[in-house]
Amino acid sequence: MSSDSHDLVSADDAAHPENPLAPGLPEHKLRRTDIDPRAAKRAERQVSLLFVIGALTPIIFFFEYVYIPSDKLIHVPLIGDTSASNFFLGLTMGIGLFCVGAGAIHWAKKLMPDVEEVSERHQLRGTDAEREEAVSQFNAGVESSGFGQYKMIRRTLIGALAATPLFAVPLLKDLGPLPGNKLRYTLWAPGVRIVSDVSLNPIKPEDIPFGGLVSCVPENLAAVEAATGNLNARAKVPVVLVRMRPEEIRAQQGKNWDYQGILCYSKICTHVGCPTALYDRKSHHLLCPCHQSTFDLSDAGHVVFGPAARSMPQLAITVNADGYLVAQHDFTQPVGPSFWERG
Amino acid sequence: MNGRNVHADTDTPASVSAKLSARRRHPLAGFLLLAVALTVMGGLYAAVTGAGTASAASTDGTPQEIAQGRALFLEGCASCHGMNAQGGSTAPTLIGVGAAAVNFQVGTGRMPLAGPSQQAKRGPVQYTEAEIAALAAYVASLAPGPAIPSAQDLDYSNASLQEGGALFRTNCAQCHNFTGAGGALSNGQYAPSLKYATPQQMFEAMLTGPGAMPVFANSTITVEEKQAIIKYITTIRTSPNPGGMSLGRLGPVSEGLFLWIVGLGSVTAIAVWIGAKTS
Repeated sequence: MSSDSHDLVSADDAAHPENPLAPGLPEHKLRRTDIDPRAAKRAERQVSLLFVIGALTPIIFFFEYVYIPSDKLIHVPLIGDTSASNFFLGLTMGIGLFCVGAGAIHWAKKLMPDVEEVSERHQLRGTDAEREEAVSQFNAGVESSGFGQYKMIRRTLIGALAATPLFAVPLLKDLGPLPGNKLRYTLWAPGVRIVSDVSLNPIKPEDIPFGGLVSCVPENLAAVEAATGNLNARAKVPVVLVRMRPEEIRAQQGKNWDYQGILCYSKICTHVGCPTALYDRKSHHLLCPCHQSTFDLSDAGHVVFGPAARSMPQLAITVNADGYLVAQHDFTQPVGPSFWERG
Repeated sequence: MNGRNVHADTDTPASVSAKLSARRRHPLAGFLLLAVALTVMGGLYAAVTGAGTASAASTDGTPQEIAQGRALFLEGCASCHGMNAQGGSTAPTLIGVGAAAVNFQVGTGRMPLAGPSQQAKRGPVQYTEAEIAALAAYVASLAPGPAIPSAQDLDYSNASLQEGGALFRTNCAQCHNFTGAGGALSNGQYAPSLKYATPQQMFEAMLTGPGAMPVFANSTITVEEKQAIIKYITTIRTSPNPGGMSLGRLGPVSEGLFLWIVGLGSVTAIAVWIGAKTS
């Protein structure tokens, strides 16, 4: 220690009056509970009272749980109409847990020893003798284990350790299979009728007024959902139909992809895939509620604001022989957010 | 240390600022700051909106009614919408908007608009029921348009609440919020709260698409479906909040803000108490 002592700040240094960075410890002030035995006794009673409340509240909690009906509503100022059961159970448990914690803190602050301890900071490096001792002990361990002596054991151990990563191979395989081209195709196909979401009614062009908006899905979705028993197909297919005057359409993603001013765009935001249907019929902007990406449907679905990087994919539509709106073909680009293999 | 004591009893600016500085470090100062912050936040929540009323009006459109409506139109509306309701640089044409649009816009106090640049919002109704009916009859006489829904259209007693919920979440909730509390739109616009809308006004709004709202015509959302949506809205807005404190029913935004300020504020206050020196 003596060789290193000049590196350490001693207690004398800490209190050195000429060192502005080490002003020393402030004068120790006794608490009232240290001086006045009656104050100490009072603090003791206060702490005990808090703990007693902490012990009683679970009992009150049980009674409340049994006797307050869960469907009873009461009016509480500031909170409004609320479930009586929720309110009183939460209040009781809150008071109980708070009193146990507050009692512990009050105890520590008022009655537990109040002394300033000074702990010197030591160097992390051991002495040279300690370091030599550690190295010699390690070498003795290597010697006595016979690691250098038993060649077969050493080689098989290295082999066993080298093989352990193989456990990960089947586990990593189960993270798959890779999506393949599933993200590039949807249920939309030539001639698939566009039906309104929820009510599943097919739509004729004359059903949609100027300024109208219809949230739609492909007619074959219901059958696919019934067959697969999951909602995976639904994640990609939602579209919105909007109608504007043909002269208001400045650009589309393909020639004649509209039908008499009726445009069909994906409802899945190209940023992170939220359903995007906040349509302003005056500006023809489609706003995503999650991160305010805004697409101009009168201008080929271009992004006019927000974090989305790609235009909203447009679905080419026409009418079939019966006069119902149908898809011309599937989307020509993947819908929804970007993904690794999209390129 | 000694230098500070020398100036302690004088009234120099330095000592005043030292006193202020000392008060800022008072143990209660943190709590006071928290209380002020909470009061300010509470005040922000206390924003209220006025209610308006409107009622069904028959718009068969007798010649006298149409004439009265035209007189009222020329007096109160023509300065923006044009002498023949053809529209102007600041206001849309009213030819073909129908009686339903007039009944909604005037019956909710959105029209007449004080200034052309702002979004029309619900306010005190400026016309009597008879005057609104006359205005509606006049506008309806210009060109065919959506009529004011009949009492039969508005009878939602047999509608399906479940279907209404599904339709509302698919077609309405993106702008009006899943409880009808309203929400923000692009370019500083907003979708209004549905708290005060009457069934007739909801029906008319879907039918005519006021302001930025798209049109949900009876051909795409049928009368029965509109009734279901109205039933859902009227049910959801009167249903209680078992958890208490709906915070405007705005969901994670207001709830997160409340927790951030009140929850973290309380935790901070307790941490200050734990760390404070005992006297």
